[in-house]
Amino acid sequence: MNLQSKYLGMTLNSPFVLSASPIGENVENLKRLEDYGVGAVVLHSLFEEQLADEQLELEYHLTHGTESFAEATSFFPNYDEFRLGPDQYLEQIHKAKNTLKVPVIASLNGTSKGGWTKYAKNLQDAGADALELNIYNVPTDINLDSAQIENAYVDIVKQVKSNVNIPVAVKLSPYFTNMANMLHRMDTAGADAFVLFNRFYQPDINLHNYQVDNKVSFSTSENNRIAMRWIAIMKNKINAEFAATGGIITAQDAAKLILAGANVTQIFATIARNGMEYVKVLVQELIEFMEEKGYSSIEEMIGVVSQKNIPNPGSYERAQYMKTLSNYKF
Amino acid sequence: MAEKKFLTIDGNEAAAYVAFRCSEVIAIYPITPSSNMGEYSDEWAAKGQKNLWGTIPTVYEMQSEGGAAGAVHGALQTGALTTTFTASQGLLLKIPNMYKISGELTPTVFNISARTLANHALSIFGDHSDINAARQTGFAMMASNSVQEVMDLETISWASTLRSRIPFLHFFDGFRTSHEVQKIEVLPDETIKAMISEELVSAHRKRAMNPDNPFIRGTAQNPDVFFQNRETINTYYNACPDIVQEEMDKFAALTGRQYNLFDYVGDPNAENILVVMASGADASHDTVEYLVKNSGEKIGLVKVHLYRPFSVKHFIQALPKTTKKIAVLDRTKEPGATGEPMYLDVVDSIFKSYQDGTYHFDQMPKVYGGRYGLSSKEFTPSMIKSVFDNLKLDNPKNNFVVGIKDDILNSSLDFDPHFSIESDKVVRSMFWGLGSDGTVGANKNSIKIIGENTDFYCQGYFEYDSKKSGSITISHLRFGPNLIRSPYKVSHANFVACHQTVFLEKYDVIRNLINGGVFLLNTPVPTAEVWNSLPKSQQKQIIDRKIKVYAIDAQTVAENSGMGRRINTVMQTCFFAISGVLPKEQAIEEIKKSIKKTYGKKGENIVQMNLAAVDSTLANLHEVPVPAEVTSDWDTFPTMAPGASEFVANVEGAILGGKGDDLPTSVFPHDGTWPTGTAAFEKRNIALQIPVWDEELCIQCGKCAMVCPHATIRIKSYAPELLSSAPAAFKHTPTKDKDYKGEEYTIQVAAEDCTGCSVCVEVCPVIDKVNPGRKALNMEPQLPLRNQERENWNFFLSIPDKNRDDIKVTNLRQQQLQLPLFEFSGACSGCGETPYVKLMSQLFGNRAVIANATGCSSIYGGNLPTTPWTKDADGRGPAWNNSLFEDNAEFGLGMRLSIDKQAEIARMLLKKMEMEIGMELVQEILDAQQVTEQEINAQRARVEKAKASIAMYNTEDANRLKDLADYLVKKSVWIVGGDGWAYDIGYGGLDHVLASGKNVNILVLDTEVYSNTGGQMSKASPIGAIAKFAAGGKPTRKKDLGMMAMSYGNVYVASVAFGSNDNQTLKAFVEAEAYDGPSIIIAYSHCIAHGINMEAPLQNQKAIVDSGQWILYRYNPNLAVEGKNPFVLESKPPKMPVANYMDMEIRYKMLSKINPTAYTELYKQAQEFVDERYKHYAFLATKENV
Repeated sequence: MNLQSKYLGMTLNSPFVLSASPIGENVENLKRLEDYGVGAVVLHSLFEEQLADEQLELEYHLTHGTESFAEATSFFPNYDEFRLGPDQYLEQIHKAKNTLKVPVIASLNGTSKGGWTKYAKNLQDAGADALELNIYNVPTDINLDSAQIENAYVDIVKQVKSNVNIPVAVKLSPYFTNMANMLHRMDTAGADAFVLFNRFYQPDINLHNYQVDNKVSFSTSENNRIAMRWIAIMKNKINAEFAATGGIITAQDAAKLILAGANVTQIFATIARNGMEYVKVLVQELIEFMEEKGYSSIEEMIGVVSQKNIPNPGSYERAQYMKTLSNYKF
Repeated sequence: MAEKKFLTIDGNEAAAYVAFRCSEVIAIYPITPSSNMGEYSDEWAAKGQKNLWGTIPTVYEMQSEGGAAGAVHGALQTGALTTTFTASQGLLLKIPNMYKISGELTPTVFNISARTLANHALSIFGDHSDINAARQTGFAMMASNSVQEVMDLETISWASTLRSRIPFLHFFDGFRTSHEVQKIEVLPDETIKAMISEELVSAHRKRAMNPDNPFIRGTAQNPDVFFQNRETINTYYNACPDIVQEEMDKFAALTGRQYNLFDYVGDPNAENILVVMASGADASHDTVEYLVKNSGEKIGLVKVHLYRPFSVKHFIQALPKTTKKIAVLDRTKEPGATGEPMYLDVVDSIFKSYQDGTYHFDQMPKVYGGRYGLSSKEFTPSMIKSVFDNLKLDNPKNNFVVGIKDDILNSSLDFDPHFSIESDKVVRSMFWGLGSDGTVGANKNSIKIIGENTDFYCQGYFEYDSKKSGSITISHLRFGPNLIRSPYKVSHANFVACHQTVFLEKYDVIRNLINGGVFLLNTPVPTAEVWNSLPKSQQKQIIDRKIKVYAIDAQTVAENSGMGRRINTVMQTCFFAISGVLPKEQAIEEIKKSIKKTYGKKGENIVQMNLAAVDSTLANLHEVPVPAEVTSDWDTFPTMAPGASEFVANVEGAILGGKGDDLPTSVFPHDGTWPTGTAAFEKRNIALQIPVWDEELCIQCGKCAMVCPHATIRIKSYAPELLSSAPAAFKHTPTKDKDYKGEEYTIQVAAEDCTGCSVCVEVCPVIDKVNPGRKALNMEPQLPLRNQERENWNFFLSIPDKNRDDIKVTNLRQQQLQLPLFEFSGACSGCGETPYVKLMSQLFGNRAVIANATGCSSIYGGNLPTTPWTKDADGRGPAWNNSLFEDNAEFGLGMRLSIDKQAEIARMLLKKMEMEIGMELVQEILDAQQVTEQEINAQRARVEKAKASIAMYNTEDANRLKDLADYLVKKSVWIVGGDGWAYDIGYGGLDHVLASGKNVNILVLDTEVYSNTGGQMSKASPIGAIAKFAAGGKPTRKKDLGMMAMSYGNVYVASVAFGSNDNQTLKAFVEAEAYDGPSIIIAYSHCIAHGINMEAPLQNQKAIVDSGQWILYRYNPNLAVEGKNPFVLESKPPKMPVANYMDMEIRYKMLSKINPTAYTELYKQAQEFVDERYKHYAFLATKENV
């Protein structure tokens, strides 16, 4: 069975790609996942904001309480240098590249214009095979209109693309007024692929202490529908490729998203729940599905059920919504 | 000669620089002010720096200085070039080994930042009492007078020890030289290497113990031969001075800097001579030259470098033949001697030269001895002049003191404080800052900027106060074109900066500013209003002395640049902009360069923040117009609050106001005894915000008072009638506790004593259901509340404390009604130790005798001027003493033995006087059980009754019983100290005391590092933690002290963490004290040295327990007697990976920034240790294990 799939100009041996997640922090785990059959790995995200916080935290603690008391003018040894966030991340890329045969995709979440391009370049120079821009923000400024936000997205893509040579994927949330237009604009700006969709971990209220908790909740298969819809709608309307993410729990989920038009499917929640070895099961079950349906390669499957490719394209659009609801009998 | 390279470094670094290069093994142990030498060595080794021979020296921390000396001896005996660093009591602990090392003619150099020995009080500061206590060990002694000399003479010491085979003790003045930053010429490795003979190194190795060439050393000898054998070393000592001089000459040929055993300065035909060593000699150098040049005085100075062996020949040669009178100054005191040691050396030398014919004087010189500079007392040109003035008298004072006023025996020399020899070419600046604002760091940086970018020489010296929170620092900086020999504070400043307006309320900050000088003030007040905000006396001085005033709102500039409260860069920029020490543009450019260099390693964001601060500083710095008239209506406040005794107000108040130097000898207690309860009068007002109680929301759990590190949150429950005279703003609410039904309840904050740490707010479990951001305590700005809360606090104090018999001590909410007898200490804001100390004082303070090991707890507990231990309304309270660091358990056991003996005598006398007292009462007293508070109070009443009944008798027995009757009431002996004491230096004694079976209570405040000396590793440090001396992360596990104590079976052991389980902590204290045998409580104490958020440290305490890294338990041997399992495990199985806890603290997390591989590996091992240990403890707690 040919499980190869093309993604970001690379040929992957499997359509299962490790999504940006804490697993990426440990190269030994990445190696195990490679052995179990992932086709590529996306490292955990480098958060520009976090780097700044980390520097401030270190500076605060290394100076707090110092030079106040004659016997203890400091509390920690004096080091000439620290491996701060970017250095560690860059080393991680380096290590992953040295350890793995599968492509290594670096993930970046910037906060400043300069930050996006600077770190993108650093990640490329450290040996990443491709970049995934994790454009994550929750706009709350009431004076900021949607045009400004959308332009900012497009600018980021343009700027990063003009500063690096490696392929660039853009991971997005689904919260745009016109997703199709956004994808089109970023496609034109040079995005090589879209990773649909980023899940925001939603805050929760702790009834015990009235604190707002940021609990991690893993996705379920239900969560993949929105990506399925948009990948299917946009497949072949723009040049960029698609990776599906969020709710790829079973091999059936992966098959659906590939049929909708995704070249690869990104997984994390299912590994977190079922263990790393579960990748083997996913691969095996996907093969079984393909055998059952008579596919000999992933390539054959991609986009078979995309909007362009089906007799009833309206199924993916709003008209169908009313119908779906009216089928319910209360 | 190689190209000259200059560095601005302090004396400790200069010594370590050479010692590290000349050593293969370095055995260390922290002690102020020498710790930094070990720290430098450890850091250099961790970075892979090599010595002269291309190997990284092995730097090894021992359990004590004595241990370090033993390790040095062993390393030397087996052929390694070896060094160590120490001071004060540390040197005393090395003395036994020093005899051995010198007796075996073994080359080594010990580096000593000379520090005062503790006698009537401890002092961390500098004098020569320690090195003089080691005179007899047979070590040669080399004195360095300045930072440059430290580097040079360290090298000469190494060269000389290898040649002479006599071990060297190289010393320099603690703090004055060890911590003074100077621009010095650094010795290139080639120069040091040129001084060290390879042949002699090889000879040292050949003498080493080696099974391939075996011999025996360290034998025991009998009266027949010991004496003769001992005399064989004389030739080595006789040869030593000439060897040292030859090495000094060789050094001069290499560097151009000539030293002599005794350096002479002054008129070649001088009549009056001063003999002095170390930094005092440096101060005297310029003074003598000044007086010779400007007053034509016929005076001279002998600067002693080689103090031992003291070469009579070289000394006499150094003196002019015209010498008539000699003053010898010793920086030590030898009570009972005919004079101090160097004075006696000089007298003897003159006399010997007369006897042996080397005498060359026109007339027999007279010799006068004096003491100066004990505990870093200033030694200034005016004092030096007074010594020469004394010599001019027909009958000069002998055995005099200089620098203080002795009005008991009138032995002091008067001096003119206005006399100054400072050159106009030297820029002299003073900076008043807070420890937390970064002032000292900024000044150190300025010195580097000027030192490394100009031809200027520079000097920096930094004064710190004795408090660990809200502490004041004063920086003294000098810059000038010539070598600066001014080892004393700036007294005639061109520039004074006041970095906090609050100082204006208490201190005359501009008193040292010269006419036309510049005053810079950081103030939130707009420029137009700055003048009016100054106190009257300061305004007057500014007008009279035509002082230029500049102001900046540094806080706002810093905050806008993202730097929070650290105004260092802002104030540094101001200094460069207006002091004129460098052209402004160049100065700003250099600051920016330096920011990039200094902060670059900490990340680009930090750099940018600081650069932004520099730019916005210049736009916000304004000159303040000075009117012709004083306009202010206020002046500086008194330093002590009303109500203090005359002694406290006048003596401790003067010390507090920075005028301690002016106090004469007659005002002091002679034997180190000071009153307790004095911190309450200080009113430091250091909190920017204080907790404010919301009585409606409060559930009256008492947790806030329990966790308060400074005892500034107090609780009372009282009769409502008492409220009749309450101030209007005094808050109260009905008491919820059913036992106190009908009473009113108040939680009151001592606003002027609070440090604003906000730990009380963190612990408050209440959440306002309408406004979840609010708790029953909320931080609000202190200033607007200050007056109102002062009134409330005073009223609160007037409410009587709850009768102790009515308090259930194991119920936290009731127990917290007990009066703390430890309050307002100078511990760090948010300290993790003091809540335990305070709890002990509440529970047992009125009958406690405390032995306190040296360390944080002895400093915040006993560092003058004011101290936190206090008394209750009956005048009872803890009796506290600190002996040493290493002997605390034994010190406490001695107290127990003494108290038990005196109680035994009292019981005997009681029985003897049962007729007079009444048999029934006597029997009741003798039979009384004294376990609970109520039982003890009942016994106290009985004893009072017995005392009353013998008051009328004047027999020997009655009088003895009057002295001893109080011992019939149970006394609680507490042995308190940190982990450095308990796990390391004092462990031998602690173990012995645990094994004694005696009724003592040991409280180990476990911060897992030597906190007081700045965070060095102890055996309590956990695996993976970064600490000083463990710069690469501690590779080994924490010692399980509790397990070791439990192995005795009859020791009460508890492991507690109040932030995780306050009830368990309380239970442990009560049980430990009640247990009639040795008890030990190992108390987890979060610490500023952990790199944690000190405003919310309880989350760390929770996490350390939840992760299993710290296990809560109680081991009560009494349970075993009842057939139960004595071990009660109170920690649940770990709820979270230990890594999650570790990442909350910089001490662990930083390892990932230094060495990610080690980080991963040590974290893994930490988890394994936690799992294994919990399993073991869980097994102990099982029923089968009864």
